[in-house]
Amino acid sequence: MSPTIPLSWYLVFAAALFCVGLFGMLARKNMVAILMGVELMLNAVNINLIAFWRYLYAPQMTGLAFVAIVFTAAAAETAVGLALIISVYRRRKTVIAEEVNTLKG
Amino acid sequence: MTPMHIVFLVVAVVTLFAAGMVVTTRRMMHSALWLILALMGVAVVFAMLDASFFAVVQVLVYIGAIAILIIFAIMLTRGVMEISGPQVNKGWWLPAVGVVVLFLGIVVGLSQWGGFDTLLPALPADANNIALFGQALTSPDSYVIPFEVASILLLAALMGAIYLGTEGRRGKK
Repeated sequence: MSPTIPLSWYLVFAAALFCVGLFGMLARKNMVAILMGVELMLNAVNINLIAFWRYLYAPQMTGLAFVAIVFTAAAAETAVGLALIISVYRRRKTVIAEEVNTLKG
Repeated sequence: MTPMHIVFLVVAVVTLFAAGMVVTTRRMMHSALWLILALMGVAVVFAMLDASFFAVVQVLVYIGAIAILIIFAIMLTRGVMEISGPQVNKGWWLPAVGVVVLFLGIVVGLSQWGGFDTLLPALPADANNIALFGQALTSPDSYVIPFEVASILLLAALMGAIYLGTEGRRGKK
């Protein structure tokens, strides 16, 4: 066993976390739960970015700048997403994604 | 097995278990609390990867702001979904099979790649990641434009959230 953790461990962990988040996003009914699945996926992406940065590009700052942008996008996405969910709840008294289907053909 | 391996395995198992509980628990509030545990595990992973700044940002932004926002949204929309009803869509097994296939595909695909087992390179002894990162974010030669665009994105999201949040109260005065 090597003295340090190989990159593969982080990649497999991030892949598993991403898949759990994707399942949550696809399978849950509640819109807030869907948003939580998206958060898990974004976290998995961040783990991948930081792991690749640390193992392959450590002195450069490219990976960290990218992670900062992902954090910002995640915060913006959550704020707007939750505001939309609460707005939908006020108008239609539901948080179930299936029931918000006015635009369904 | 060094202590780092054991710490990583424990954190990974706890995080994945918490993530699994997030997507399967019936009560939304429990789901949000499990989400906080999963985010905490991710913060520990960041710290293990020498990105201590992002470990702190993870706790401040994700746990301090996003998770609290989600809990507020759950409390504001509570009582709509009865706990007894099914919490997942009818065809939930299809995404379940899909993500298992996707996971195996990612792992098999990555294991073909030559850098899969790269070992941790040592950081230069004088490397100060946080100072370098701060300079990179404010230097015109590197990432000042993405940094400013991120600020504008946050401002736009703030204004959008306020607009949506005060809907129905506007124009009543």
